[in-house]
Amino acid sequence: MAIPKADRMSLGVRARRDFRQNWAVYLMLLPVVAWFFIFCYMPMGGIIMAFENYKFGKGLLGSQWVGFKNFTDFFGSYYFTRLLGNTLALSVYDLCVSFPASIIFALLLNEVHNRVFKRTIQTVSYLPYFISMVVVCGLVKTFTESGGAISLISQALGGPPELISNAGAFRSIVVGSNLWQNLGYGSIIYISALGSIDTELYEAARIDGAGRWKQTLHITLPGIVSTIMIMLIMRMGQLMTVNYQKIILLYSPAVYTTGDVISTFVYRKGLLENNYSYAAAVDLFNSVINTLILVSANTLSRKYTETSLF
Amino acid sequence: MVKRTQGEKIFAVFNTLILLAIGLACVIPIWHCICCSISDPLELSAHRGLVFHPLGAPTLKGYEQCFRNKDLIRGYGNTIIYLITGTAFGLTLTVLAGYGLSRKLMWSRPIALFITFTMMFNGGIIPTYMVVRNLGMLDTRLAIILPTAVSVFNIMVTRTSFAAIPEGMLEAARIDGAGHFRILWSVVLPVSKSILAVVTLFYAIQIWNSWFHTAIYVTDRSLYPLQIILREIVLQNSASSETGDPNEVNVIQVLIKYCVIMMSIIPMMVLYPFIQKYFVSGVMIGSIKG
Repeated sequence: MAIPKADRMSLGVRARRDFRQNWAVYLMLLPVVAWFFIFCYMPMGGIIMAFENYKFGKGLLGSQWVGFKNFTDFFGSYYFTRLLGNTLALSVYDLCVSFPASIIFALLLNEVHNRVFKRTIQTVSYLPYFISMVVVCGLVKTFTESGGAISLISQALGGPPELISNAGAFRSIVVGSNLWQNLGYGSIIYISALGSIDTELYEAARIDGAGRWKQTLHITLPGIVSTIMIMLIMRMGQLMTVNYQKIILLYSPAVYTTGDVISTFVYRKGLLENNYSYAAAVDLFNSVINTLILVSANTLSRKYTETSLF
Repeated sequence: MVKRTQGEKIFAVFNTLILLAIGLACVIPIWHCICCSISDPLELSAHRGLVFHPLGAPTLKGYEQCFRNKDLIRGYGNTIIYLITGTAFGLTLTVLAGYGLSRKLMWSRPIALFITFTMMFNGGIIPTYMVVRNLGMLDTRLAIILPTAVSVFNIMVTRTSFAAIPEGMLEAARIDGAGHFRILWSVVLPVSKSILAVVTLFYAIQIWNSWFHTAIYVTDRSLYPLQIILREIVLQNSASSETGDPNEVNVIQVLIKYCVIMMSIIPMMVLYPFIQKYFVSGVMIGSIKG
């Protein structure tokens, strides 16, 4: 078999020719590569501060090297189990609520025959996604402090009169407001997947005497299962990154026992108490676990469902 | 029309009710804010629970107070500055990168990997803070615009869309002697108006709503965007008011809180019907594995 000429050329020759033809494209890519280098890769290099006792005056290279001390300090501290537990509890809780909710919402919408009604509900359901985190948290606080609409309901049902400062209610508040913000947005991808299912399959099933429930079970769900898997893997990759911006806006020392998670601890230790190296170490622990979960979820999915993210 | 069974009819009724409830749950909090923001301050501060119609005679007192609040007006101005410069910067880099990655170059794959890897792993907030600090950007407008200027998602959406343009169109321009910049400007961009709208929209919303990075990097009040001022007023209850009487301050503060929330949502609500379809199409393009 004849080898194409280009393949026989040496790497240097090919690179030179590629550059002569496409230098303008490389020029276009330069600013973006520079941006990622500065704001993503330089911080990755900065991770070595997690193994140091970082001092500003001395810089990254001049600071004292302490090895794994920051990590062992963290693992040995009273906070470790609480933070890890809170992070996982909140994250799993959120996953169990919002992940199926978007799918169910898409399925329910799919059963609607009235076009106008369907469009209206869809449009309205995306609205919360556009509202800023600060406003959402402002609303959540108004509704859950004493005298707020949701607190009143809780009180009427025999619950505490103020929810926002109640450690037992804090996770539900975070998960509930996440659900409110993301239900519609999260369903878009499933709605589009549902739309691409061949309608002839439904025709055939109907002729075979399958009711709507059977159709959902045997046509609709199999039709979107690969989308569900992809979304699930992506969610697994964020298992340790709970919505810390929301928690920072909503929490107070009264709810630290359930609401304080690894990311908020990193924020407090690092940026409010200037304990940079320790915070960086805790954060690094968090990202490593996160990446491990993502890679294993991906591997498992590739093995068992033949769907994978990468 | 296919004949429906009894069970299906019952299901249809329940389905409609559930969806209606979800729809209402999405709009009620916003309606509550609208009504509260034009309510009588005294009645509002005495009220508990949801508000479905303006309490007392509708008044614009709260909005008047807001427009007299210098921090708030400056915050609005700052946000517009960040919105315009940040979106322009992000969009420019994204379009250039999207075009670059949609071409078949020798180094396309390594560069794409270089960019997408940052979605899987990053340095974290502390090392990023150090980089921004070492660049001397703390307490500058650059710290608000640059560190979050580009998103991998937007680059990938743009690349996917550019790669779908028929090669023949670009080839024709090349034969006419057009270089890559010319091709991007006069062939690719004119046929990509909807993706440009999507990316602009994503960046604009992100900048309008962002607060966290500013809170970390900036302490100079004169640089604060709207969201940070909002946070002070809505979540930390620290609205400055002209009146001296503490009781009256408290009463008007509840009203101001809702007016400020409305001032942040109104621009979005006005634009929402127009941007909604672009937004949906953006999510769909992004969802195609590419």
